[in-house]
Amino acid sequence: MSPTKAARVFPHRHLLGIADLDADDIGQILDLTDSLREINERAIKKVPTLRGRTVLNLFLENSTRTRVSFEIAGKRMSADTINISGSGSSASKGETMLDTARNLMAMNPDVIVIRHSASGAPALIAKHVDCAVINAGDGTHEHPTQALLDCATIRTHKGSIAGLEVAIVGDIDHSRVARSNILALAKMGANIRVCGPATLIPRSITEIGGALTRSCVRVCHKLEDALEGADVVMMLRIQNERLGKNASRFANTREYSRYFGLNARTLALAKDDAIIMHPGPINRGVEMMPDVADSGRSVILEQVANGVAVRMAVLYLLGRGNLTDLEAIHQ
Amino acid sequence: MQLVDRQEVADSAAIARMLRRMANEIVERNQGASSIALVGIRTGGLHLAERLVELVHSIENHRPPLGAVDITLYRDDVFVGLPRPQVGTTELPFRLAGVNIVLVDDVLFTGRTVRAALDALMDYGRPRQVQLATLVDRGMRELPIAADYIGVTVDTTANDSIRVFLKEQGEEDRVVLRTRRSDESN
Repeated sequence: MSPTKAARVFPHRHLLGIADLDADDIGQILDLTDSLREINERAIKKVPTLRGRTVLNLFLENSTRTRVSFEIAGKRMSADTINISGSGSSASKGETMLDTARNLMAMNPDVIVIRHSASGAPALIAKHVDCAVINAGDGTHEHPTQALLDCATIRTHKGSIAGLEVAIVGDIDHSRVARSNILALAKMGANIRVCGPATLIPRSITEIGGALTRSCVRVCHKLEDALEGADVVMMLRIQNERLGKNASRFANTREYSRYFGLNARTLALAKDDAIIMHPGPINRGVEMMPDVADSGRSVILEQVANGVAVRMAVLYLLGRGNLTDLEAIHQ
Repeated sequence: MQLVDRQEVADSAAIARMLRRMANEIVERNQGASSIALVGIRTGGLHLAERLVELVHSIENHRPPLGAVDITLYRDDVFVGLPRPQVGTTELPFRLAGVNIVLVDDVLFTGRTVRAALDALMDYGRPRQVQLATLVDRGMRELPIAADYIGVTVDTTANDSIRVFLKEQGEEDRVVLRTRRSDESN
């Protein structure tokens, strides 16, 4: 921490997507992540910063990794975290999302973390509640904390993100991770190669961030083109649950694996010090061969560890109480 | 409201003398340097702790371990006023158990920073003793906390501000007392 760097107030109330952030915001979160990471390695893995704050983890779509990561992050910052999952909640009894949100608001939480199968659900809820809302993945829209933890992992290994060549390979169409990562990496100055079967790449993907992504995102339909000289290889999961039974996007997983799976031969095309990433869970033998996933260049488990630190950073920046508290302070 | 320099409390030579005396007091009270470790509170306190380590080394020919605490996450006013999103790292590269920790800060004022630093230390282990060294004690405590080693004591009021400038931060070593003067229109 340089003493000359002025303390900066994080200028956002919610974290709904990387689209709302600029490079300074992302840099601030990553710097804070670097400072907080050490807490997770102490004997007493807890700081009292968010004592008395309530974080509601509203996971209306299946998730283990992200939910646990947010829960641990909240607990290590001393917040009270409460988990609500889709099955068994009133959502499965037919309550509308807004009614759920209003009811939760009546319990006066400071942060709501929401995962939902509908794109835009967190943004909708953010309009109707007066606490901070964190998007933990909404439909095929965004998964901002995943992109931030990926950026944190890349920065740890490569020093900086600017100028890196990053290949994102797989089911881009259904991937909120890909969308958030394309935006975050583009804003941090990386060049991105997006790769997958034509049926899994949305036509407008290079337009996702306007002029910025138009200039730094390139679509490849051959894995070899995407990997050639890459600094970072990010493999995405084939989301069988979203692909639909009758509307197949590719012939079968064996064919997909042959053309787009990462193995020792195709990995050799990337730079010698390229790192391999995957947001998990991995379909071993489909998008990634086990020997590659378990190799020394795989940083997949570091991504998970960084996930906790990034979410601690986000909770720290956003968990400063509800709006009325803030207004009272500013008066 | 503006701050006006009222008085230079100490110049570079005076600060050097204070630190030398404090290092001697630390060594005397702990009967040497073998059982102590110095921990600076980021960032001013850390620079002073670095200097005290060197001074203790020159006296005792033994270099005590040096650590740093960042208290941002332990403050009791984290979210009062503007948040302070800048968080440094805490580095305590030694076992705390059985060690006499000398906690070092540049200015001792309300005592709340020291309270937070104590909480942070306890999360890392159980030191045998924690002693407090401060370059300037400006009084006006809000908690029952006192320093064991003091460079200089300055009587201040709530309108005063003490600034410690250190060469590690690109300034000439000095301690300045400033007073907040309200404008006539206020």
